Amino acid sequence: MRVNTKSLLAAGAVAVVATLGLASCAGADSGSESEASASGTLTVWVDAERVDALKGAAESYTEKTGVKVDLVGKDNADIKDDFIQQVPTGKGPDITMGAHDWLGELSTNGVVAPLELGDSAADYLPVAIDASTYDGTVYMLPYAVENIAVLRNADLIPEAATSFDDMIAKGKAAGLAQPFVVEQGAEGNPYHLYPFQTAFGAPVFGSDENGYNADDLQLGSAGGEAFATWLGSQGKNGTGVFNTDIDGDIAKQAFLDGTAAFWLTGPWNVGAAVDAGINVAVDPTPSPTADPAQPFAGVKGFFISAESKNKVAANDFLVNYLGSEDTQLELFKAGNILPANAAAAETASSDPILAGFAAAGADAVPMPAIPAMGQVWQYWGIAEADIINGADPVTTWQKLTADVQAAIAG
Amino acid sequence: MSTTIDDPATAGEPNTGATGGTPPTRRQRQAAGIADAASVGVKVLLVKLLGLGIVDALAIFGIIILVGAEQWLVAAIVAIVAIAVNWIYFSRRKLPAKYLTPGVIFLVIFQVFVLVYTGYIAFTNYGTGHNGSKEQAVSSLMASSLERVEDSPSYPVTVVDRGGELGLLVTDPEGDALVGTAEQPLEPVSAEFDGDKAVAADGWTTLDFAQVLARTDEITELAVPYSSDPNDGAIRTPDASSAYLYVSTLEYDETAGTMTDLETGTVYSDIGTGAFTAEDGTELLPGWQIVIGFDNFVRAVTDERLAGPLVYVTLWTFAFALISVASTFFLGLFLAIVFNDARMRGRKFYRVLIILPYAIPSFLSALVWAGMMNESFGFINQVLFGGASIPWLTDPWLAKVSVLVVNLWLGFPYMFLVCMGALQSIPEELQEAATVDGAKPWAIFRLIKLPLLLVSVAPLLIASFAFNFNNFNVIYMLTDGGPRDSNAPIPVGFTDILISMVYKVAFTGQTRDYGLASAYSILIFLIVAVISIIAFRRTKSLEELN
Repeated sequence: MRVNTKSLLAAGAVAVVATLGLASCAGADSGSESEASASGTLTVWVDAERVDALKGAAESYTEKTGVKVDLVGKDNADIKDDFIQQVPTGKGPDITMGAHDWLGELSTNGVVAPLELGDSAADYLPVAIDASTYDGTVYMLPYAVENIAVLRNADLIPEAATSFDDMIAKGKAAGLAQPFVVEQGAEGNPYHLYPFQTAFGAPVFGSDENGYNADDLQLGSAGGEAFATWLGSQGKNGTGVFNTDIDGDIAKQAFLDGTAAFWLTGPWNVGAAVDAGINVAVDPTPSPTADPAQPFAGVKGFFISAESKNKVAANDFLVNYLGSEDTQLELFKAGNILPANAAAAETASSDPILAGFAAAGADAVPMPAIPAMGQVWQYWGIAEADIINGADPVTTWQKLTADVQAAIAG
Repeated sequence: MSTTIDDPATAGEPNTGATGGTPPTRRQRQAAGIADAASVGVKVLLVKLLGLGIVDALAIFGIIILVGAEQWLVAAIVAIVAIAVNWIYFSRRKLPAKYLTPGVIFLVIFQVFVLVYTGYIAFTNYGTGHNGSKEQAVSSLMASSLERVEDSPSYPVTVVDRGGELGLLVTDPEGDALVGTAEQPLEPVSAEFDGDKAVAADGWTTLDFAQVLARTDEITELAVPYSSDPNDGAIRTPDASSAYLYVSTLEYDETAGTMTDLETGTVYSDIGTGAFTAEDGTELLPGWQIVIGFDNFVRAVTDERLAGPLVYVTLWTFAFALISVASTFFLGLFLAIVFNDARMRGRKFYRVLIILPYAIPSFLSALVWAGMMNESFGFINQVLFGGASIPWLTDPWLAKVSVLVVNLWLGFPYMFLVCMGALQSIPEELQEAATVDGAKPWAIFRLIKLPLLLVSVAPLLIASFAFNFNNFNVIYMLTDGGPRDSNAPIPVGFTDILISMVYKVAFTGQTRDYGLASAYSILIFLIVAVISIIAFRRTKSLEELN
């Protein structure tokens, strides 16, 4: 009897295994079927924080064309490296969201396909098109333009500052010890100091019709040294306006607590300030010289994978749909960003905060995407931090220039 | 290994019941074994079957997917492993294998494979610019070499088909319809218009959007010559609704394996470095991934930029690892002795408190410490030192001390736990006997307890050394290697250990050099392995105490 039980169970075992096996076969079949019709599915990697903003646009594109858009939320910090690693394996997405300064790296790795905007190129803000172009070819569909500007606590300081000194004076008059904060850190933060640097007439690279020229390093010009001297005078041994101990969180807290009335930061921090009940006004960066303080513009956009099997749908989705004024306005409403589409940007500027950022960005220059920029970043911040902390400005700046030049040449 | 051991639940039952008193034949033994297994309980067997069923289902699913993707080798491996697993678990005689198999499979996937793959990468040029295959590099170069003809218009286009051959129905700026295929240059055709755009032509079928998507690959490839002169360029459509006139600036000669720049006439050839290279050494990027032998290792040890920093970084790495092990061990041991004393009150409460740092993820604590040690705003300076400005993380020497202090805080609970266990396993009689012989407490500790303790703890100390030698988390999160040594030609700092320096060298700026990074990590592994082997040899002498 026992033996019979066992054989019954054995038969049962075979049945279970077979059923599960068949079930998995069935699953696989349906899987491959859906893949066959999957020429109608676009996989799009999106910064996890923007998935909701894009959902509506993706759904209405599906309604319009029948092409399914699969939005995959990813941590913004991982997207670039994952994209570079996965595209060559054929497992990558069709489209990824990204920032224009990735372009050099993406194109050097051959993972991004050129994009033809055609006549619609004229519909975008010029800075967005400049930023999307690398080596004369457009690779990115621009979607939002971001630049830093000064957030002002309008309850403390009702009027915009006319110059850097005026800003500090107004703040001191309002009884604040540290009226202006900007994010730095032990290794500096050149991105946030760049408006001041350009005010002294020292961009990083000169540019020609193909974009930035790595051979034309302007960092070390006379303007650069003037900027360094000024930075030193506002550092630890001077007025103390700049402090490398102030990192992003400390700067934010100072502004939210009302101990600082001016905060040089980007649109990503406006939400926190508004939520904290602060009456926020957005002004262009007050210049320490007579020239305008030009911040870097960061342009967010979408890239098509070089290995995408759905290039036609991907191009159609980006160029004819996501780039259009209507969709960009939708995205602006969902994500509170300044659209790259010029007409949409104008409509969006009815919002005073966005208008403020747009005004501050009127002089903005795209952050260089050329690989040589990577060599600049690694020395730039530390040199500025040294200057803020009391190192001799001119010699430190000269060493910075020499280091960068050597690294680019090497 | 008898059948009874196979399933402990049956151990108590007589297993000869079915055969009577005669010596059992082979068939009888089998029958008895089956009977035992059946008597185990249906539940156990069902759980086993269900488990194996799930494993098999996953394996079959995986194999089908892999075969579909033409990954024959991986599919074969999955099949062999699945068969082996079934064989092991349905067999009655593979008891050790039953325990070992899951562990071995996970070991192979998560350790052996990773190690072998790292080893392989170390011998390739994988990194920025050498990211994929040669085929991909060529197609990417060709794609980006397409340049839209200056001031050429944008052509409304309809994708059409004739007998399986794709064509583009183009409306030129004058409003005339033209059609052409990959072979046939554009020529006028009588067409039907929808507004200004030609949407259908005689003799051609118009593709709707779904059909277009189904033939994406063909359409992406499709280039219709503008005229019989190839220099006029070709019409291509990226989105199947607008087309543009492009000329290519690069020409790929597949048989010769060369790329020619049509504007300058420069010939770039494949000289075995993983990129098309011109005679003057200029490379066309992207290139592709190739095996380059020991080049990465040679670069790793001969890189001039590293010569200076390497010496002090290595010294500091050893100091960091040794001091961390010593400090955590002695603090842990001290606390273990204190809390092992029966006279201590509220021991349980304190023990929980002491283990807390161990329970918090180390990268989180490191970030919190970094905040507390901020010179102007940190808790330590502001509250504990009443507003002093002590450069905890920005002075080269103080930063080293800070790193050690934080690592001590992170590491002592582990040593506390280990020492506590080891101390409790030392028999009380030894201490009593020593006391009776008149030994002082310090002598008891130094001559009896410590050596006995080291027997069991020494291997853990070696492991702790190896761990701290590569303790990337603490360094990266607390100081990121800083303060920076502004005299060094690479962005290295005064608290960088070897592994964090390697990270900075291989992944600076926009350059990702996975090959070099793998070569370095193999070199670091060798250092740690040699030290560990020597140390393990030495600890053998401790064991002779027993």
